[in-house]
Amino acid sequence: MIYYLIPALLMFCCGVYGFVTRKNMIAMLISLELMLNAVDINFVVFNRYLFPGQMEGMFFTLFAIAIAAAETALAIAIIINVFRAARNVDVNDLNKMKH
Amino acid sequence: MDITIPILILAIPLFMFLLLGLTGMKMPHWLAGTLGTAGMGTVLVLSYITALTYFYGGSPQFIAENGERLQAVIFNCTWLQFTPSLVIKLGFLLDPISALMLIVIPTISFMVHLYSMGYMRDHHGVYEHGFQRFYAFLSLFSFSMLGLVVATNIFQMYIFWELVGASSYLLIGFYYKKPSAVSASKKAFIVTRFADLGFLIGILVLSYYTGTFDFMQLTSAPVDGMEGVYQVSEQTALGVKNIFAQSAAPMFMGASVLTWALVLIFMGGMGKSAMMPLHIWLPDAMEGPTPVSALIHAATMVVAGVYLVARLYPLYLMETTSLDIIVVVGALTAFYAAMVACAQIDIKRVLAFSTISQIAFMMVSLGVSRPEFHEGIGYMAGMFHLFTHAMFKALLFLCAGAIIHVVGSNDYTAMHGLRKFMPITNACFLIGCLAIAGIIPFAGFFSKDEILVACFGHSIFWYIWMSAVAGLTAFYMFRLYYLIFWWKEHKVHEGHHAPADQPWTMTLPLVILAAISCVAGFVPMGNLVTWNGVPMFEHVNFFTNLTHLNWSVALVSLAVAIVAIIIATVMYRKENPLPDRMADMFPRLWDWCHHRFYWDELYQFITHKIIFGCISRPIAWFDRHIIDGAMDGLATVTNKASYAIRGLQSGKIQMYVWVYLIGALLLAAVTAVCLM
Amino acid sequence: MFSNPLIYFVVIPLVMLAGLAICRSIGQIRAVAVTGSLALTALSIWLLVDYLGLRAAGADAPMLYCGSWSWFEPLNIHLAVGVDGISIAMLILSSIILLTGSFASWKIEPNTKDFFLWLILLSTGVFGFFISIDLFTMFMFYEVALIPMYLLIGVWGSGNKNYSAMKLTLMLMGGSAFLMLGLIGIFYHSAPEGMPLTWNLLEIRANESISEGWQYFLFPMTFVGFGVLGAMFPFHTWSPDGHASAPTAVSMLHAGVLMKLGGYGCFRVAIYLMPQAANELAWIFLILTGISVVYGAFSACVQTDLKYINAYSSVSHCGLVLFAILMLNTTAMTGAIMQMLSHGLMTALFFALIGMIYGRTHTRDIRLMGGLMKIMPYLAVCYVIAGFASLGLPGLSGFVAEMTIFIGSFQHADMFHRVFTIVACCSIVITAVYILRVVGKLLFGPVQDEHHLQLTDATWWERVSTVTLIVSVAAIGCFPNFFADLIKFTFSPSIFAVIGQ
Repeated sequence: MIYYLIPALLMFCCGVYGFVTRKNMIAMLISLELMLNAVDINFVVFNRYLFPGQMEGMFFTLFAIAIAAAETALAIAIIINVFRAARNVDVNDLNKMKH
Repeated sequence: MDITIPILILAIPLFMFLLLGLTGMKMPHWLAGTLGTAGMGTVLVLSYITALTYFYGGSPQFIAENGERLQAVIFNCTWLQFTPSLVIKLGFLLDPISALMLIVIPTISFMVHLYSMGYMRDHHGVYEHGFQRFYAFLSLFSFSMLGLVVATNIFQMYIFWELVGASSYLLIGFYYKKPSAVSASKKAFIVTRFADLGFLIGILVLSYYTGTFDFMQLTSAPVDGMEGVYQVSEQTALGVKNIFAQSAAPMFMGASVLTWALVLIFMGGMGKSAMMPLHIWLPDAMEGPTPVSALIHAATMVVAGVYLVARLYPLYLMETTSLDIIVVVGALTAFYAAMVACAQIDIKRVLAFSTISQIAFMMVSLGVSRPEFHEGIGYMAGMFHLFTHAMFKALLFLCAGAIIHVVGSNDYTAMHGLRKFMPITNACFLIGCLAIAGIIPFAGFFSKDEILVACFGHSIFWYIWMSAVAGLTAFYMFRLYYLIFWWKEHKVHEGHHAPADQPWTMTLPLVILAAISCVAGFVPMGNLVTWNGVPMFEHVNFFTNLTHLNWSVALVSLAVAIVAIIIATVMYRKENPLPDRMADMFPRLWDWCHHRFYWDELYQFITHKIIFGCISRPIAWFDRHIIDGAMDGLATVTNKASYAIRGLQSGKIQMYVWVYLIGALLLAAVTAVCLM
Repeated sequence: MFSNPLIYFVVIPLVMLAGLAICRSIGQIRAVAVTGSLALTALSIWLLVDYLGLRAAGADAPMLYCGSWSWFEPLNIHLAVGVDGISIAMLILSSIILLTGSFASWKIEPNTKDFFLWLILLSTGVFGFFISIDLFTMFMFYEVALIPMYLLIGVWGSGNKNYSAMKLTLMLMGGSAFLMLGLIGIFYHSAPEGMPLTWNLLEIRANESISEGWQYFLFPMTFVGFGVLGAMFPFHTWSPDGHASAPTAVSMLHAGVLMKLGGYGCFRVAIYLMPQAANELAWIFLILTGISVVYGAFSACVQTDLKYINAYSSVSHCGLVLFAILMLNTTAMTGAIMQMLSHGLMTALFFALIGMIYGRTHTRDIRLMGGLMKIMPYLAVCYVIAGFASLGLPGLSGFVAEMTIFIGSFQHADMFHRVFTIVACCSIVITAVYILRVVGKLLFGPVQDEHHLQLTDATWWERVSTVTLIVSVAAIGCFPNFFADLIKFTFSPSIFAVIGQ
């Protein structure tokens, strides 16, 4: 089981790292997806090894993938709109709404 | 005695003040002046009736069977009650000294009211701006002064004491457009206020231990069978002393508390009576109109301090230390003021210093008075001198006013040789000078002689000292007289009026006061005013004072006065270089006298440099920068802190994640540590 | 509820607020303000007469006209009202100052209507405070009186008004925080074990259930809480800035009435409910208030802004109020209440006059003015009278109040208290210095500014305002025994309850 979990952990860490360090919103979105997928892998793995007779983990993963797809679409749409308005997708420069 | 007249004596001036103060500006000038003068005239008549009834009415209320004069409380109503025993009452006390003052104050006040009708207009008869206001203030002053002398308790005295201070402030500052008058009035008020602080603390101490403000409870004992009648009693004063002796803190810094109280009360008197070192306001007070100087700063208000000591005299007698202090202060002041008076140029200033010196005479007289010696002749002499001095000093001031009114300047350099132009004024001024110099038979001779007798009985040193001051008095007064009326011929500049005697409203008071100054010495004061009310002589006639003279003292003082006058005559009768040569011979002395021994500069230094510079300004700075700075600092720190914390709420998701991560890791670590 | 006369002290201002809300013209606004404040004045005078009648008829309860209506059951909060002589004195003071303040702000600009709305709201709080005997309701009214001050200064003020308004509000709110803590503490100790807790002053007093240990904690809390409003050193710095920036009527109401809330509260809550602690801890606050008295006076000596001078003078005079209250004896406390009355009236007069002078010369710097006696004699004479009242001339109110305080304080058996009394006495000289300095520079001497020669003297509404105040000041000064008796004898139950400890 550990062989499945370690890559998932690495993926998750990459996602976190990317999310924290990247300034580009697209890159941040990709990092987010990475984290999400790492969690999905964990779900599947735990389901398979700990509760072999049940399917809830699988379903949950499928559900999460569907949600992630919708969320990505939404996020991309927002990013594109932001880019149109600001010609920029750098989070540090996007502070017009704050003040 | 019926209470109507006493009430009217106080009510009329007060009513006049309110009437003239509120509606005066709408009245024609002459009406305001006439109303004020008529009001004062009524008061004059009423107070004469009261005083004469007291002295000669023979009512058992006023005079006991053995001839002792009693204190009668005509009315006494509660004004403010602090505790059951500490009550401020407003009342009317008749006793020898208050009856005496009831003669002095209305007389001078009436003369001044009359005189001002002429003085307060210019040569064309145009009234001065604020003429009505002037009469309103005069009425206020008369009311306050009368209230002061008839006070039945020390707090009533304090109330009216403050009121005379305020009316004096208003009158000195009458010419409010003149900066010098404004600062003089301010100075007078603040200096006397400082002295009043001492008075107030003295009252606090006295009332704390004795539990009363009442003069009668402090110094006299009730007479059996008559309500409101008291006789001065040593026993009561001794009782007061015993209260102090038995109380918890009878000693304070090496002196008994009673002494402290009495000295502090005397400090109030020092302020009002311009004793050194609180005398500095009086010379400056001459900025006021001259009639005001005559009334307030020569005859009535400035003797309030003397009156205060006389009022509490039985108490002072219990603590002779306090009397000794009075003697020392008085003697030093008398000498100082006489010295300074010799070197002044402004004639009103000369008179002012002469007033200080003469009041110091009265103080010394009270201070040296002991019952053991001639039944306390000093007390009688002090009161006698108060009476005569009021008359001749008011006379001198009014004469000076007439001269200033004509010449338009206070400096004698602008006068010289006026005797031919103003014969009446000349004669009156001369009488005044003779009276103050102590030449027989003028008023000052008798009273000053009694004072010197009292000094003689007390200590030979003070006797010589005061005789010397008396000589100086004769000298500087005649110096002044010669410089005004002789010295050299008066030149009338072209286009100017030749000086002349003034209208009757101004000369009549002069003549009346001159006449009084001639005969006042024969008033048998020893029979009227003594410290315990017991008359000194069995029988009196017109020559009582002459027949009871102590001739050895009298001749000496007469000789001193005559010698001084001769010196003055030699030096100042005709224009000659002698005075200048004398001044050159003692340049330092002349300078110091001329500059009044630099007291004013010293006070200037203390008030401006020390009080303002070293106390007020630092406190104001401290308040703005330290206290307020601390409050502002608190606000600034809060503000800064909130700005600093604001960074946490940056809206940057990535930072939130960081914080979240670190938090989660820490939590995990802590949990792990705990589990292990 | 509406049969109790006291409730009308809150009802009338509320009706005035409603009336103002529908006003269309400035004439209507003035009419509402003047009518309402006249009604309040009449009511307070009627109350005084009726109260004295009741006392004469033998009513000996500590408070009269008591009434209590619950409005928040779970915490036992009532709208409880009741007055004794001290409250009546304060009610009269407040109504007179509201009346004269309305006249003094006859021409206030801009937004006249809003100004009066906030002013009346403020006075609702003041009146409510003085009639309440329920601690919570009292505190609520206290806050109602404070908040409008921020807007009144911030909007209609002058000079550095935003800073001043913020400072004043924050400092007073800081005081309120202490006060709230103290009041809640009192509430939780208001009744012995097993009895229902109460906010009612009289019940708390009767229960005597605050233990000495708690008193030591709660007394400083409440005293400082109210002391901030009473301008106690070192929490007085809001006063100079606040007064300097406030519009005339607000300065009048603030110095004349609001600062009295502090002294009144110190007496009514801190000392009345916790006498043991007051007795033990008095010395600390005596030192602070003693410093206030002298320090305020010295600071006033070198100020150049008329309002600053007066504000520091208020620090000095209000310090004397707290000083006298802490002496814990009848005479001194009577003096303290008289000083509140006297200072309220006289300082309102001062601020009214300063406002009128400022309205004409557009400066408050005494160095830039001079010789006003010649230009506006009426105002100048009033200023001199106010000055005399302030420096304690007999016949005006300041004298009787100060003397009662000094005599009363000096009767204290403890040497420390007497020495401090003498220190406080020194203020009478310093007061004379700064008052005469201002009078001399401002009113006398030559005219400083040519343009001032065109200025006019007082208008009729200004005369009404000043005459009313001067008459009140002189009435107290000439017939002090009436007021002293009112305070001392008819109120004695509550005061003696304190001294009995």
